[in-house]
Amino acid sequence: MSATHADHQGHAARSPGGGMPSKRIIVGYGFWIFLLSDIIMFSAFFASYAVLSDATAGGPTGQQLFDLTNVGIETMCLLLSSFTCGLASIGAQRKNSAIFQTAMAATFVLGAVFVSLEIREFAGLAAQGAGPTRSAFLTAFFTLVGCHGLHVTGGLMWLLTMMAQVLAKGYRPDILRRVMCFSLFWHALDIIWVALFSVVYLIGAGQ
Amino acid sequence: MLGKLSWAAVPFDQPIPMAASAVVGCLILGVLIWVVVKGRLPYLWNEWITSVDHKRIGVMYCLLAMVMLLRGFTDAIMMRSQQALAFQAPGYLPPEHYDQIFSAHGTLMIFFVAMPFVIGLMNFAVPLQLGIRDVAFPTLNSVGFWLTASGALLVNISLVIGEFSRATWLPYPPLSELAYSPGVGVDYYCWAIQISGIGTLISGVNLVTTVLKMHAPGMTYMRMPMFCWTTLAANLLIVAAFPILTATLAMLLLDRYLGFHFFTNEAGGNMMMFVNLIWAWGHPEVYILILPAFGIYSEVISTFSGKPLFGYRSMVIATMAICILAFMVWLHHFFTMGAGADVNGFFGIMTTIIAVPTGVKIFNWLFTMFAGRVVFSTALLWSLGFMITFVVGGMTGVLLAVPPADFVLHNSLFLVAHFHNVLIGGVLFGCFAGYNYWFPKAFGFRLHEGLGKAAFWCWTIGFYVAFMPLYVLGLEGMTRRMQHYDVPAWRPWLLIAALGAVIILVGIILQIVQLVASIRHREDLRDDTGDPWNGRSLEWATASPPPVFNFAVLPSVSGSDTYWDLKQRAIQQPAPSPEPDYNSVEMPRNSPTGFICAFFATMMGFALIWHIWWMAGVAIAGAFATFVVFAWRDRDDYIIPVETVARIDRENRASRTRALGRLGTAQ
Amino acid sequence: MGALPAAAAAGASRGAGEGAIRIGHHGFAHGNPCCVRDVHPVPPNGGEAGAMTGSSDDPRAPRQYVHHVGRRVFVLSFLCLSSCQPALLDPRGPVALADETILLDSLVIMLAIVVPTIAATLGFAWWFRASNSKAAYWPSWAYSGQLELIVWSVPLMTIILLGGVIWIGAHQLDPAAPLASSAKPLEVQVVSLDWKWLFIYPDQAIASVNQLVVPAGVPIHFSLTSASVMNAFFVPRLGSMIYTMNGMTTRLNLLADSPGDFIGLSSDYSGDGFSGMHFAVHAETAEAFETWVKATRADGPILNRQTYAGLAVQSIGTRPFTYRSAEPGLFQAIVSRELPPGPGPRSGRPETSVSPRTEP
Repeated sequence: MSATHADHQGHAARSPGGGMPSKRIIVGYGFWIFLLSDIIMFSAFFASYAVLSDATAGGPTGQQLFDLTNVGIETMCLLLSSFTCGLASIGAQRKNSAIFQTAMAATFVLGAVFVSLEIREFAGLAAQGAGPTRSAFLTAFFTLVGCHGLHVTGGLMWLLTMMAQVLAKGYRPDILRRVMCFSLFWHALDIIWVALFSVVYLIGAGQ
Repeated sequence: MLGKLSWAAVPFDQPIPMAASAVVGCLILGVLIWVVVKGRLPYLWNEWITSVDHKRIGVMYCLLAMVMLLRGFTDAIMMRSQQALAFQAPGYLPPEHYDQIFSAHGTLMIFFVAMPFVIGLMNFAVPLQLGIRDVAFPTLNSVGFWLTASGALLVNISLVIGEFSRATWLPYPPLSELAYSPGVGVDYYCWAIQISGIGTLISGVNLVTTVLKMHAPGMTYMRMPMFCWTTLAANLLIVAAFPILTATLAMLLLDRYLGFHFFTNEAGGNMMMFVNLIWAWGHPEVYILILPAFGIYSEVISTFSGKPLFGYRSMVIATMAICILAFMVWLHHFFTMGAGADVNGFFGIMTTIIAVPTGVKIFNWLFTMFAGRVVFSTALLWSLGFMITFVVGGMTGVLLAVPPADFVLHNSLFLVAHFHNVLIGGVLFGCFAGYNYWFPKAFGFRLHEGLGKAAFWCWTIGFYVAFMPLYVLGLEGMTRRMQHYDVPAWRPWLLIAALGAVIILVGIILQIVQLVASIRHREDLRDDTGDPWNGRSLEWATASPPPVFNFAVLPSVSGSDTYWDLKQRAIQQPAPSPEPDYNSVEMPRNSPTGFICAFFATMMGFALIWHIWWMAGVAIAGAFATFVVFAWRDRDDYIIPVETVARIDRENRASRTRALGRLGTAQ
Repeated sequence: MGALPAAAAAGASRGAGEGAIRIGHHGFAHGNPCCVRDVHPVPPNGGEAGAMTGSSDDPRAPRQYVHHVGRRVFVLSFLCLSSCQPALLDPRGPVALADETILLDSLVIMLAIVVPTIAATLGFAWWFRASNSKAAYWPSWAYSGQLELIVWSVPLMTIILLGGVIWIGAHQLDPAAPLASSAKPLEVQVVSLDWKWLFIYPDQAIASVNQLVVPAGVPIHFSLTSASVMNAFFVPRLGSMIYTMNGMTTRLNLLADSPGDFIGLSSDYSGDGFSGMHFAVHAETAEAFETWVKATRADGPILNRQTYAGLAVQSIGTRPFTYRSAEPGLFQAIVSRELPPGPGPRSGRPETSVSPRTEP
């Protein structure tokens, strides 16, 4: 099967369409544009959080609620997972399954820890009566952080799919392109988390 | 088991939706039976439903838009007749029905007529103009189309099962919140828009990547036809604006489904945030619609004037300026919120600044006609009708951007007249121009010109008769969305407006007749040259309809108006160019992914609207499974052998020679 | 005497016609037979003439007025409306007049460029038609530096001019800006409800529903909010509109030049009862207003938190009526959400999950 793809690349190189960039570049480019649109969606949630952050409706404020230790561990997990995700990309490029699968598994574990810590935080808040329906501030908080959490969860499903695909299909060009997109996605989530950590938790806990 | 769904959701006691849906149901059933009996189902499935060919997808987008136009126009006729009758009387539509009708009219016309029409034309023409074989992501393209269709289907299901939103096409909270709209109408709206919005976003990503990254050799950015530029600008706006819509409607849905407090009256919710966010999408949206139309006019006016577009660089700058300014003016939609003089003044001025690049475009089209040979084809008539209508609409738009004028005209029928003036006179006329212009390219025969011109005149006259009275009514102080009224002075104008709607109806009927007659007489209207209008850009350099791979050999581009230049050189030196080296061509395989995804998306939307949670779970799992199965495919393209490519292209070259011969004699 | 305006207002609401009683003596001195909003019989020579010449107590400066009339005639002929004068072009107060002036000025500025453009479009298309052998054909002419300069500068100049109009207009006519007047403004608090208007006069401690009585010549300072969904408060003949929103106060200043009856309405769709959500505006002389206040205090229900809760329930076609007293601080209690927002629809068909119909 990979023969057809190699053939395709070779064909592209010699045909008069040689001016066209490779499929890898096109896919990466398109995925970047998608990521930009995703970031714009987050910016809408950020904006709503900024507008509603004072609308506590007599309920608890961020300062009373946020536990920076827990969030600190979450941040560490996510930053580390970005590193292991980078390792996985290198592994995929070198077609080294030991590195790729180990690094992906580590990424998965770190991401899963992140998600479970977040779920624990949410459950704790809800238990003390600070659920998303308590005030507009908490609504915006749960939505913004939860949207990121959902992205990470989706990313974990994608991650498992990619591990399985590499296992089943090997390092075909199309699989490698997907690994590249996944890693872009994962790093973007990291960037969004950094913004989220600063805007929501650091500023919120400091007020 | 079935959530909120029960037989009570079907409005058996309301004759209008029941009769309408019965007619539509019979039509659909009839078409289906015809397809099955004639044995066309495999053809439909293999050649259209699962097709990932950008031309086929473009045609399907346009078809969807035209069918939805009929539905949206039916709503319009009902609104006009209700207002004509409801003077000191209840009319024939009670408020709870009338309110659904104008909400559905706006939703359908923007999301399921204007959007699919422009996206369809972009999909069809842009790869051809760029001289390439397909868009960047063909299968995603199909997914995008089917998700759009899925949204349209949900809106139409609401006619029979449950109700549609009564909270207008932009559901301002708190009216759209659960407290004031407890029914399923707003949910139908939200899920339909969310699903089709994802489709639109996919299409936007796809076309941005295509225009920025994929070109025939030598096709630099500054050699791209104007339509490619406006496509780029519109799709950049889609990528930047639609996520805001998705986020905003997600917030509204969270309010409605989980008791969140984004926009509620309780617990610190803020409805002004919705208004700001929705217009941060909504204003770019109007440029998403009008910019591609501008591109179509540029192509049509230049082609039928026999001249290159005047001031190409200015046009590019103006297009990109509009693209950026589109994000800086949203507040002019609510000057009357009391934001303060500085804010209102700033956004008023920003809004009028957009009139500068728009004015530049109008003047450039004028000078494109100057010293040209203007052929009054149907497509050109639509363009001329646009230029005249649009300056009026643009003028009233700038008027509304003047805050003190807006303080008395906001939400009035003056506003309704204004945006119909730019949406019909701008977007829809552009779509019709593009439809008449590219139809022969898509199907190999022209549309009947006489009927097309008759339709144009009915539409144009009907438009003026229907909407000029609304300007007057706005000055009379009549607000929009009134189900009945008591002011005698309004009545005559509303009667005239209703007459205008009837004239437009004649125009629509003529368009249907035009299509049917053209198909019946297609042999007389056959275009065997691939270049029926003496075109200028690359789509006319291939056969009509183009082969699946568009170009056997990607054309080599050395300037703007490539094909025109090529023809001029060939006429001067009528030596046949040597046959190129043919290669086999790889094209993406058809895929049912889009259709299956849309099936699950519709199922998910319907389940969520009616709170059938298990069904929503099944649908989400099904959609994920579809993607995994698609990702597991081992081959995504097939090879067209070199002999086939060569045979097809030799026919094309023969027709090219025929076209040149005709041109040579003409000159 | 005190009952008269209420009765007139009742006549002005839906199902009007019967029982219309004139208030004051100038009710329709400026009226217009075709566009008049109130339901009074119109004298045969009323209307157009009165509006065009203005009455003796017209506050507008004569020169400005002539200029104004001239432009209005121009615009009217543009709209082919010689027999009928739209509400917005027949202002009855300084705000409406200024809004209209800016509207017409901006229109004239733009017509100066739009009309030639339309003419050129038709002219170019016709002259350069393919069959005209006399017309020039320059098949490759696509650039001219001078033309490009003109093409950019003409709209730019227009917009610079208009930008000035916008900036000055936005500031001078800011709805929150107080009107220049020697008289002390009258405070009116406006609450939009589903689907009627509540007007509270805090200084007089009275209130009215679907009927707004104000003294002419006195600036009125409105504070507005909504009990439930968004609405917009709009009296076309007096000028600028403004949104009403729950949990927020918007401000608006208007003034009626002389006594008269006008229609006010909601101009932001608010649900099933929206179309009936209009109210009668009576501008009275100072004395007539005082009389009305006294008469209102003498009779009618009282407005307090309990009666407000009853009023906040959704209803369509509420007839105008007045409250003889209004609880102080009620408006603030609504704005601060201390009083719960107006309830939504009560289900008319409880068995169905579809939105209930609103039973009028």
